[in-house]
Amino acid sequence: MLPFFEWVSKTAVSQAISESSWAFAAIESVHLLGLAVIGGAVLVLDLRLLGLGLRDQPIERVARDAHPWLVSSLIVMLVTGALLFSSEPVKCYNSTPFWVKMWSLFFAMIFAFTVRRRVALAGEGQVKPVWLKVVGIVSLALWFGVGAGGRWIGFSA
Amino acid sequence: MSLLPFCQWLAGTPGSIALRESLYPYPLVESTHVLTLCVFLGLAVVWDLRLLGITLTTVPASVVKRRLGPWITGGFVLMVITGGLLFYAIPVRSYQSLWFRIKAATLVLAGLNAFVFHRGIDRRIDQWDRDAVPPRAARLAGVRSLILWSVVVVCGRMIAYNWFDCDKQPHTRVVNTLAGCVVPAEAAR
Repeated sequence: MLPFFEWVSKTAVSQAISESSWAFAAIESVHLLGLAVIGGAVLVLDLRLLGLGLRDQPIERVARDAHPWLVSSLIVMLVTGALLFSSEPVKCYNSTPFWVKMWSLFFAMIFAFTVRRRVALAGEGQVKPVWLKVVGIVSLALWFGVGAGGRWIGFSA
Repeated sequence: MSLLPFCQWLAGTPGSIALRESLYPYPLVESTHVLTLCVFLGLAVVWDLRLLGITLTTVPASVVKRRLGPWITGGFVLMVITGGLLFYAIPVRSYQSLWFRIKAATLVLAGLNAFVFHRGIDRRIDQWDRDAVPPRAARLAGVRSLILWSVVVVCGRMIAYNWFDCDKQPHTRVVNTLAGCVVPAEAAR
Protein backbone atom coordinates (compact mmCIF):
# COMPACT_ATOMS: atom_id res chain seq x y z
CA MET A 1 0.00 0.00 0.00
CA LEU A 2 2.99 2.30 0.48
CA PRO A 3 3.25 3.13 -3.27
CA PHE A 4 -0.26 4.60 -3.08
CA PHE A 5 0.70 6.79 -0.11
CA GLU A 6 3.82 7.92 -1.94
CA TRP A 7 1.79 8.71 -5.03
CA VAL A 8 -0.62 10.83 -2.93
CA SER A 9 2.33 12.83 -1.60
CA LYS A 10 3.25 13.77 -5.18
CA THR A 11 -0.19 15.06 -6.18
CA ALA A 12 -0.75 18.77 -6.73
CA VAL A 13 -3.17 19.02 -3.77
CA SER A 14 -0.65 17.45 -1.42
CA GLN A 15 2.14 19.75 -2.56
CA ALA A 16 -0.04 22.83 -2.35
CA ILE A 17 -1.17 22.13 1.22
CA SER A 18 2.24 21.17 2.54
CA GLU A 19 3.93 24.16 0.94
CA SER A 20 1.37 26.65 2.21
CA SER A 21 2.03 28.15 5.63
CA TRP A 22 -1.64 28.40 6.55
CA ALA A 23 -3.61 25.84 4.47
CA PHE A 24 -3.09 22.94 6.90
CA ALA A 25 -4.12 25.11 9.85
CA ALA A 26 -7.22 26.36 8.03
CA ILE A 27 -8.36 22.86 7.00
CA GLU A 28 -7.62 21.61 10.50
CA SER A 29 -9.89 24.31 11.92
CA VAL A 30 -12.81 23.19 9.76
CA HIS A 31 -12.05 19.58 10.74
CA LEU A 32 -12.24 20.61 14.41
CA LEU A 33 -15.52 22.51 13.97
CA GLY A 34 -16.90 19.43 12.23
CA LEU A 35 -15.76 17.39 15.24
CA ALA A 36 -18.05 19.38 17.50
CA VAL A 37 -21.06 18.83 15.24
CA ILE A 38 -20.43 15.13 14.65
CA GLY A 39 -19.76 14.77 18.38
CA GLY A 40 -23.16 16.27 19.16
CA ALA A 41 -24.95 14.20 16.52
CA VAL A 42 -23.39 10.95 17.78
CA LEU A 43 -23.70 11.73 21.48
CA VAL A 44 -27.30 12.88 21.50
CA LEU A 45 -28.43 9.49 20.15
CA ASP A 46 -25.92 7.32 22.04
CA LEU A 47 -26.84 9.01 25.33
CA ARG A 48 -30.51 8.35 24.53
CA LEU A 49 -29.74 4.69 23.79
CA LEU A 50 -28.07 4.52 27.20
CA GLY A 51 -31.18 6.02 28.82
CA LEU A 52 -29.47 9.37 29.39
CA GLY A 53 -29.85 12.83 27.88
CA LEU A 54 -33.19 13.18 26.04
CA ARG A 55 -34.50 10.09 27.82
CA ASP A 56 -38.17 11.11 27.78
CA GLN A 57 -38.21 11.32 23.96
CA PRO A 58 -38.77 8.33 21.66
CA ILE A 59 -35.43 6.95 20.42
CA GLU A 60 -36.75 6.99 16.88
CA ARG A 61 -37.41 10.74 17.03
CA VAL A 62 -33.92 11.51 18.35
CA ALA A 63 -32.42 9.23 15.67
CA ARG A 64 -34.36 10.91 12.86
CA ASP A 65 -33.41 14.41 14.03
CA ALA A 66 -29.74 13.57 14.55
CA HIS A 67 -29.26 11.65 11.29
CA PRO A 68 -28.93 14.54 8.79
CA TRP A 69 -26.40 16.22 11.11
CA LEU A 70 -24.41 13.01 11.39
CA VAL A 71 -24.33 12.55 7.61
CA SER A 72 -23.47 16.16 6.76
CA SER A 73 -20.82 16.54 9.46
CA LEU A 74 -19.34 13.17 8.45
CA ILE A 75 -19.00 14.42 4.88
CA VAL A 76 -17.21 17.55 6.11
CA MET A 77 -14.93 15.40 8.26
CA LEU A 78 -14.13 12.99 5.42
CA VAL A 79 -13.34 15.78 2.95
CA THR A 80 -11.19 17.85 5.35
CA GLY A 81 -9.63 14.68 6.77
CA ALA A 82 -8.67 13.49 3.29
CA LEU A 83 -7.06 16.87 2.57
CA LEU A 84 -5.09 16.78 5.84
CA PHE A 85 -4.02 13.22 5.05
CA SER A 86 -2.98 14.17 1.52
CA SER A 87 -0.47 16.71 2.86
CA GLU A 88 1.51 14.10 4.80
CA PRO A 89 0.57 10.59 3.61
CA VAL A 90 3.92 8.92 4.27
CA LYS A 91 3.97 10.20 7.86
CA CYS A 92 0.46 8.77 8.27
CA TYR A 93 1.52 5.45 6.77
CA ASN A 94 4.15 5.08 9.48
CA SER A 95 1.85 6.26 12.27
CA THR A 96 0.14 3.64 14.47
CA PRO A 97 -2.49 6.15 15.72
CA PHE A 98 -3.41 6.84 12.09
CA TRP A 99 -4.21 3.17 11.48
CA VAL A 100 -6.09 2.93 14.78
CA LYS A 101 -8.13 5.90 13.61
CA MET A 102 -8.81 4.50 10.13
CA TRP A 103 -9.92 1.06 11.37
CA SER A 104 -12.07 2.65 14.10
CA LEU A 105 -13.59 4.95 11.48
CA PHE A 106 -14.27 2.02 9.14
CA PHE A 107 -16.14 0.07 11.82
CA ALA A 108 -17.80 3.18 13.33
CA MET A 109 -19.32 4.13 9.97
CA ILE A 110 -20.51 0.61 9.18
CA PHE A 111 -21.96 0.28 12.66
CA ALA A 112 -23.66 3.71 12.52
CA PHE A 113 -25.43 3.04 9.22
CA THR A 114 -26.40 -0.59 9.85
CA VAL A 115 -26.91 -1.94 13.38
CA ARG A 116 -27.19 1.37 15.23
CA ARG A 117 -29.57 2.93 12.71
CA ARG A 118 -31.84 -0.11 12.55
CA VAL A 119 -31.94 -0.51 16.30
CA ALA A 120 -32.65 3.19 16.84
CA LEU A 121 -35.44 3.31 14.24
CA ALA A 122 -37.01 0.10 15.56
CA GLY A 123 -37.44 1.83 18.91
CA GLU A 124 -37.85 0.57 22.44
CA GLY A 125 -40.61 -1.95 21.87
CA GLN A 126 -38.69 -4.06 19.38
CA VAL A 127 -35.30 -4.27 21.07
CA LYS A 128 -34.41 -5.37 24.59
CA PRO A 129 -33.21 -2.41 26.72
CA VAL A 130 -29.87 -4.09 27.35
CA TRP A 131 -29.18 -4.23 23.59
CA LEU A 132 -29.96 -0.55 23.23
CA LYS A 133 -27.27 0.12 25.82
CA VAL A 134 -24.80 -2.24 24.15
CA VAL A 135 -25.31 -0.43 20.82
CA GLY A 136 -24.80 2.95 22.52
CA ILE A 137 -21.59 1.83 24.22
CA VAL A 138 -20.14 0.16 21.10
CA SER A 139 -20.87 3.32 19.09
CA LEU A 140 -19.24 5.59 21.69
CA ALA A 141 -16.20 3.29 21.92
CA LEU A 142 -15.72 3.21 18.14
CA TRP A 143 -16.04 6.99 17.72
CA PHE A 144 -13.77 7.53 20.70
CA GLY A 145 -11.15 5.43 18.89
CA VAL A 146 -11.52 7.70 15.87
CA GLY A 147 -11.13 10.90 17.90
CA ALA A 148 -8.34 9.72 20.21
CA GLY A 149 -6.42 8.14 17.32
CA GLY A 150 -6.79 11.36 15.36
CA ARG A 151 -5.50 13.56 18.15
CA TRP A 152 -2.58 11.16 18.73
CA ILE A 153 -1.38 11.35 15.10
CA GLY A 154 -0.08 14.82 15.94
CA PHE A 155 1.85 13.62 19.01
CA SER A 156 3.70 10.78 17.28
CA ALA A 157 5.65 12.87 14.81
CA MET B 1 -1.67 45.93 34.36
CA SER B 2 0.48 43.18 32.96
CA LEU B 3 0.08 39.62 34.15
CA LEU B 4 3.46 38.77 32.64
CA PRO B 5 5.37 38.66 35.96
CA PHE B 6 2.71 36.35 37.39
CA CYS B 7 2.94 34.07 34.31
CA GLN B 8 6.73 34.04 34.57
CA TRP B 9 6.49 33.08 38.23
CA LEU B 10 3.89 30.39 37.40
CA ALA B 11 6.15 28.94 34.68
CA GLY B 12 8.87 28.42 37.29
CA THR B 13 6.72 26.49 39.76
CA PRO B 14 7.55 22.76 40.03
CA GLY B 15 4.07 21.63 38.94
CA SER B 16 4.14 23.75 35.79
CA ILE B 17 7.62 22.50 34.85
CA ALA B 18 6.63 18.88 35.53
CA LEU B 19 3.50 19.06 33.38
CA ARG B 20 5.28 20.95 30.58
CA GLU B 21 8.10 18.42 30.39
CA SER B 22 5.96 15.31 30.94
CA LEU B 23 5.88 12.60 28.29
CA TYR B 24 2.23 11.51 28.67
CA PRO B 25 0.28 13.76 31.09
CA TYR B 26 0.48 16.84 28.86
CA PRO B 27 -0.74 15.10 25.67
CA LEU B 28 -3.41 13.34 27.75
CA VAL B 29 -4.68 16.65 29.14
CA GLU B 30 -4.65 18.15 25.66
CA SER B 31 -6.51 15.16 24.18
CA THR B 32 -9.11 15.37 26.93
CA HIS B 33 -9.50 19.08 26.18
CA VAL B 34 -10.06 18.38 22.47
CA LEU B 35 -12.35 15.35 22.84
CA THR B 36 -14.47 16.98 25.55
CA LEU B 37 -15.33 19.43 22.78
CA CYS B 38 -17.72 16.75 21.53
CA VAL B 39 -19.57 16.69 24.84
CA PHE B 40 -19.59 20.39 25.60
CA LEU B 41 -19.78 22.04 22.20
CA GLY B 42 -21.42 19.10 20.42
CA LEU B 43 -24.41 19.21 22.75
CA ALA B 44 -24.33 23.01 22.97
CA VAL B 45 -24.67 23.03 19.18
CA VAL B 46 -27.72 20.74 19.48
CA TRP B 47 -29.19 23.22 21.97
CA ASP B 48 -28.34 26.24 19.77
CA LEU B 49 -29.92 24.53 16.76
CA ARG B 50 -33.06 23.90 18.83
CA LEU B 51 -33.09 27.62 19.66
CA LEU B 52 -32.88 28.32 15.94
CA GLY B 53 -35.80 25.99 15.26
CA ILE B 54 -33.66 23.75 13.06
CA THR B 55 -33.52 20.48 14.97
CA LEU B 56 -35.59 18.60 17.59
CA THR B 57 -38.42 21.02 16.75
CA THR B 58 -41.09 18.68 18.15
CA VAL B 59 -39.30 18.47 21.51
CA PRO B 60 -40.17 21.31 23.93
CA ALA B 61 -37.20 23.69 24.33
CA SER B 62 -37.34 23.33 28.12
CA VAL B 63 -36.96 19.53 27.79
CA VAL B 64 -33.86 19.88 25.59
CA LYS B 65 -32.46 22.39 28.07
CA ARG B 66 -33.20 20.27 31.13
CA ARG B 67 -31.89 17.01 29.64
CA LEU B 68 -28.82 18.29 27.80
CA GLY B 69 -28.00 21.15 30.19
CA PRO B 70 -26.17 19.01 32.77
CA TRP B 71 -24.04 17.40 30.03
CA ILE B 72 -23.18 20.79 28.54
CA THR B 73 -22.31 22.17 31.97
CA GLY B 74 -20.29 19.08 32.90
CA GLY B 75 -18.42 19.22 29.61
CA PHE B 76 -17.74 22.91 30.14
CA VAL B 77 -16.31 22.30 33.61
CA LEU B 78 -13.97 19.65 32.16
CA MET B 79 -12.98 22.08 29.37
CA VAL B 80 -12.12 24.76 31.94
CA ILE B 81 -10.12 22.34 34.11
CA THR B 82 -8.11 20.86 31.23
CA GLY B 83 -7.75 24.28 29.59
CA GLY B 84 -6.53 25.70 32.92
CA LEU B 85 -3.96 22.89 33.16
CA LEU B 86 -2.74 23.59 29.62
CA PHE B 87 -2.27 27.26 30.53
CA TYR B 88 -0.58 26.24 33.80
CA ALA B 89 1.93 24.14 31.82
CA ILE B 90 2.77 26.89 29.31
CA PRO B 91 1.80 30.23 30.92
CA VAL B 92 4.15 32.79 29.35
CA ARG B 93 3.79 31.72 25.73
CA SER B 94 -0.01 31.42 26.16
CA TYR B 95 -0.27 34.83 27.79
CA GLN B 96 1.71 36.39 24.95
CA SER B 97 -0.19 34.53 22.25
CA LEU B 98 -2.38 36.63 19.99
CA TRP B 99 -4.67 33.64 19.46
CA PHE B 100 -4.96 32.91 23.14
CA ARG B 101 -5.93 36.52 23.78
CA ILE B 102 -8.59 36.54 21.07
CA LYS B 103 -9.88 33.23 22.43
CA ALA B 104 -10.05 34.60 25.99
CA ALA B 105 -11.88 37.74 24.85
CA THR B 106 -14.32 35.67 22.78
CA LEU B 107 -14.95 33.39 25.76
CA VAL B 108 -16.02 36.46 27.73
CA LEU B 109 -18.42 37.44 24.91
CA ALA B 110 -19.82 33.88 24.79
CA GLY B 111 -20.37 34.04 28.56
CA LEU B 112 -22.08 37.41 28.17
CA ASN B 113 -24.33 36.00 25.46
CA ALA B 114 -25.35 33.09 27.73
CA PHE B 115 -25.97 35.55 30.58
CA VAL B 116 -28.19 37.78 28.43
CA PHE B 117 -30.14 34.71 27.24
CA HIS B 118 -30.73 33.43 30.78
CA ARG B 119 -31.71 36.85 32.09
CA GLY B 120 -33.96 37.56 29.15
CA ILE B 121 -35.95 35.32 26.83
CA ASP B 122 -35.08 32.16 28.82
CA ARG B 123 -37.18 33.45 31.74
CA ARG B 124 -40.27 33.32 29.53
CA ILE B 125 -39.44 29.89 28.09
CA ASP B 126 -42.86 28.54 29.11
CA GLN B 127 -44.42 30.99 26.62
CA TRP B 128 -42.47 29.58 23.64
CA ASP B 129 -41.61 26.13 24.92
CA ARG B 130 -43.48 24.24 22.21
CA ASP B 131 -42.85 26.66 19.35
CA ALA B 132 -41.01 24.87 16.55
CA VAL B 133 -39.20 28.16 15.87
CA PRO B 134 -38.49 30.11 19.09
CA PRO B 135 -38.79 33.93 19.25
CA ARG B 136 -36.21 36.21 17.68
CA ALA B 137 -34.29 36.88 20.91
CA ALA B 138 -33.74 33.15 21.43
CA ARG B 139 -32.71 32.60 17.81
CA LEU B 140 -30.24 35.49 18.05
CA ALA B 141 -28.73 33.98 21.19
CA GLY B 142 -28.34 30.70 19.29
CA VAL B 143 -26.65 32.30 16.28
CA ARG B 144 -24.31 34.36 18.47
CA SER B 145 -23.39 31.28 20.45
CA LEU B 146 -22.56 29.27 17.30
CA ILE B 147 -20.39 32.08 15.90
CA LEU B 148 -18.59 32.89 19.16
CA TRP B 149 -17.81 29.27 20.00
CA SER B 150 -16.54 28.67 16.46
CA VAL B 151 -14.10 31.56 16.95
CA VAL B 152 -13.05 30.09 20.30
CA VAL B 153 -12.37 26.68 18.71
CA VAL B 154 -10.42 28.05 15.74
CA CYS B 155 -8.33 30.41 17.90
CA GLY B 156 -7.70 27.57 20.35
CA ARG B 157 -6.33 25.42 17.55
CA MET B 158 -4.20 28.31 16.22
CA ILE B 159 -2.42 28.76 19.57
CA ALA B 160 -0.30 25.78 18.48
CA TYR B 161 1.12 27.77 15.55
CA ASN B 162 3.99 30.18 16.19
CA TRP B 163 3.32 32.72 13.41
CA PHE B 164 2.83 35.59 15.87
CA ASP B 165 5.04 34.38 18.74
CA CYS B 166 6.94 37.16 20.50
CA ASP B 167 10.31 35.47 19.93
CA LYS B 168 9.67 35.39 16.20
CA GLN B 169 10.31 39.07 15.41
CA PRO B 170 9.89 41.24 13.48
CA HIS B 171 6.12 41.67 13.76
CA THR B 172 4.08 44.75 13.05
CA ARG B 173 3.51 47.05 15.99
CA VAL B 174 -0.17 46.08 16.04
CA VAL B 175 0.71 42.40 16.53
CA ASN B 176 3.26 43.17 19.21
CA THR B 177 0.82 45.40 21.08
CA LEU B 178 -2.06 42.95 20.90
CA ALA B 179 0.11 39.97 21.85
CA GLY B 180 1.78 41.94 24.65
CA CYS B 181 5.27 41.31 23.33
CA VAL B 182 8.05 43.15 25.12
CA VAL B 183 10.35 44.29 22.31
CA PRO B 184 13.11 46.88 22.06
CA ALA B 185 11.95 49.73 19.80
CA GLU B 186 14.39 48.94 16.99
CA ALA B 187 13.39 45.26 16.78
CA ALA B 188 9.76 46.07 15.95
CA ARG B 189 9.09 46.73 12.31
